[in-house]
Amino acid sequence: MTATDVTVTLTVNGAPTTRTTGGHVSLLRWLRDLADVTDPKYGCGEGVCGACTVLVDGEPASACIVLAAQVDGAAITTAAGLCEPDGSLGPLQRRFHEHHAAQCGFCTPGMLLCAHAMLRDATEPLSRADIREQLHGNLCRCTGYTDIVDAIEDAQAQGIAR
Amino acid sequence: MTGEIHTSKIEELRVVHQPLARHDQAEKIAGTTRYAGDLAFAGMLHARLVRSQVPSARLTRRDVTAAVAVPGVISVLLGEDVPNNEIRVDVPGQTIAVGALQASMQVLATDRVRFHGEPIALVIAETEDALAIACELVEVEYEDMPVVSDPEAALADDAPSVHEGGNLLAEWHIDRGDVDEAFAGAAVVVEETYRTQFVDHAYLEPEAGVGWLDDDGVLNLRVATQVVEHYRDVAKILGVPDAKVRVIAPYVGGGFGGKEDMTVEPYLAIAVHRTRKPVRMLWTRNESLLARAKRHRNVMRYRTAADAEGTLLAHDIEIVSDAGAYAYLSALVLLYSTVHACGPYRVPNVRIRAKTAYTNNPPTSAFRGFGGMQMVLGYESQIDEVSRRLGIDPGEIRKRNALARGDRLPVGQEIITEVQLAQTIDAVRERAGDKPVPSGPRKAVGRAIASNMQSYGRLVWLNDSSAAWIGFEMDGSLTVRCGVPDIGGGQASSLGQIASEILAVDMDRISVHFGDSALTPLAGTTTATRQLLMSGNATYEAAVLLRDQVLGAVAADTGQPIDSLRIEPSEIVGPDGATPLLTALQACRRRNVPIEALGTFFGPKGTEVTRDLDGDRIFPDFTFGTHLADVEVDLDTGEVRILRYIAAHDVGRAINPMSVEGQISGAVVQGLGQALLEDVVVQEGVNLTPGLFQYMIPTATDVPDIETVILESGEGLGPFGARGIGEPPIGPPIAVIPAAIADAVGARPTTLPITPERVLDAVARGSRASA
Repeated sequence: MTATDVTVTLTVNGAPTTRTTGGHVSLLRWLRDLADVTDPKYGCGEGVCGACTVLVDGEPASACIVLAAQVDGAAITTAAGLCEPDGSLGPLQRRFHEHHAAQCGFCTPGMLLCAHAMLRDATEPLSRADIREQLHGNLCRCTGYTDIVDAIEDAQAQGIAR
Repeated sequence: MTGEIHTSKIEELRVVHQPLARHDQAEKIAGTTRYAGDLAFAGMLHARLVRSQVPSARLTRRDVTAAVAVPGVISVLLGEDVPNNEIRVDVPGQTIAVGALQASMQVLATDRVRFHGEPIALVIAETEDALAIACELVEVEYEDMPVVSDPEAALADDAPSVHEGGNLLAEWHIDRGDVDEAFAGAAVVVEETYRTQFVDHAYLEPEAGVGWLDDDGVLNLRVATQVVEHYRDVAKILGVPDAKVRVIAPYVGGGFGGKEDMTVEPYLAIAVHRTRKPVRMLWTRNESLLARAKRHRNVMRYRTAADAEGTLLAHDIEIVSDAGAYAYLSALVLLYSTVHACGPYRVPNVRIRAKTAYTNNPPTSAFRGFGGMQMVLGYESQIDEVSRRLGIDPGEIRKRNALARGDRLPVGQEIITEVQLAQTIDAVRERAGDKPVPSGPRKAVGRAIASNMQSYGRLVWLNDSSAAWIGFEMDGSLTVRCGVPDIGGGQASSLGQIASEILAVDMDRISVHFGDSALTPLAGTTTATRQLLMSGNATYEAAVLLRDQVLGAVAADTGQPIDSLRIEPSEIVGPDGATPLLTALQACRRRNVPIEALGTFFGPKGTEVTRDLDGDRIFPDFTFGTHLADVEVDLDTGEVRILRYIAAHDVGRAINPMSVEGQISGAVVQGLGQALLEDVVVQEGVNLTPGLFQYMIPTATDVPDIETVILESGEGLGPFGARGIGEPPIGPPIAVIPAAIADAVGARPTTLPITPERVLDAVARGSRASA
């Protein structure tokens, strides 16, 4: 431990986790390299692509441009946190699966959390254009987005947010 | 699914042809898939490259003293430290050596750099933090050399040479018929120059991997790659036998050709070889955009002759492509450009002169569509212009000129399968209905179609092959082993479907082990739209062999003729009733009949080509399709909004319609990015777009829903009559968008990407033309 190290405790998908590391370490690196939570992905490192999207106390954030020390004490939800307790796919995830909304899958964890937050926070029904608008911070290079929009629209129709 | 399927061949299929949700997708959605960068070892080291900051220079000093002194740094390696400091680029995969390429580059540059981002030093450290500090402290002094930045200027006699021997890397010619006579007798001649840009693959997963030594001294690399056979290239760099290197390809976070050439492999291997410890290397997005090979920018000059009925008489075509600083696969990419230059049409008289030139720009190499796709902009714009001049409907003129079975391409190859180009034209038009109306007074709406052809499977003289192994377990479940890398297109899953179909085992009782050069039979590259053709057929063959072995044992046991037996779920059924599968497997064991089988599929064969292309078969076969787009142009801002997009392809047979639709939809959007948005901007060799802030790929708001129409002729060379579909749909978008803009504003953009400035230029030209 050095003078600049900080001890950070986060509740990751329900599990309290404490790690000590440099104060400059991003939330993404903290999760991936220190806590072995690898579903948030590094895609650009500058908050553009959305592959590292996680929920910090329920709000979507790009983990690559948030310092772990900034969010000490927060509850972090990753895509794995949307699964059922037995590890099987949760309802929103099942819609993604049925609609073929993942190909290479690298953007998928971030997409899911973006989708979850938009469905949870919607005060009125989202059109396909609304869904696309809210997805614009999450890049996908494989699907062309159509199947992802289908999955989210279907989830909305069934009253599913998570 | 937001599409349609039109089948002209019906057969009884149980698993193949079903839109199955894939198991690999379930794991990706659960977040449990371990990609190349997601595996870590306790005590592993970290490695990173120090790259050239200039595009063309002599290296006068490389000093690692300060970097090595950083606490936590294990080693800083230069080219002199690499056993064989040369990456030899040959055609990777299950092929024999190819003379056309003979390309090589240094693993780490020692005395000369030729592009911005070229690797110079390899830093290995205990922590990422030490790595970052040490990379900054490697001192490199450059003596600038001339920068060659334009491929056409590069071919001038007095241009500075990027490499000894001049800047012409490769050229291809086609001379068919009498072009000059055809032009002399033409009713209409159309002449135009088209320009495409450098494009980045921009998959979401940057290049990554982990390497380690195992107990037998085998160097293992678990990397994001489309080609496990690079283990041979790594072995040559290390100076060890091929058998001492193993490459594992876990699920890859997107490939598109960008992970066909080696990326992290040589560097990880050197670091592991040197330190004997596990090492991880993760490229930043900046490195990926800066230094990994791009799509070739092409200059394409077309002169086209047609008669008064719109029959194409001749093409006279010049192509110059930018090979960048090192050869990579540029010669073959240009060959694809040359062979595909006339598109899906019969053209009796053709002259093509194609050249690719070295520059000090980023290297260019494989990218979905591999040189064939750029040409769609050329041949489709030309046929549109012929149709406009003659007043013939764009669909009608395409049908009039469409290739048919038995026709020969200008290169000499005969088309041996049915061409359903006309059906794809009708399909998109029927689905589209009426053209939309503009949303305001200063808006214009345009509609267009664009067709294309793209090969699937590798050049036939590469002697391509793939192997797959299938074995029954004693409980009747099934194990499939095949060296195919799965880059997100369902490459592994589709093999499971094929095995399931033939052996009547449910998908959830099948495991497909893939992408391991040591433990799965080598299947070649996941490139060139070849895996369904090659590994699909290998799996089909293995499954049929295995089925017949089991049926043979039952026939011997029961006395029923083998051809009266068929395999059904959990049993073998014959005239005398059913034999449980487990009983049949025991019969095999008792009778020394294997309950596993290896299938090897060899691609079609042909003769290696020379510069003057005049042969027979050059590709296994082609996939044909047509796209339709409606766009709205803002006449004041030049903004283009895509209102509707429909894509139809004859895929022969959709093994998994959801995967097929996903391939089409994704390729279309990647193509739309090239049409409207994306541009690797290189100024005097300096890459100005090394971040996703600068290099913009389509977001969900930039594109509409992609509607697909899948045609199934049953005519493909893959299993169950499938054609390849990974690459073909990326071509039409770059032609249909400028065509729709031309329909809206009266003049056609000819340079990509079609920025608002270029749209406004077309608007101005269009209003002048109509004034």
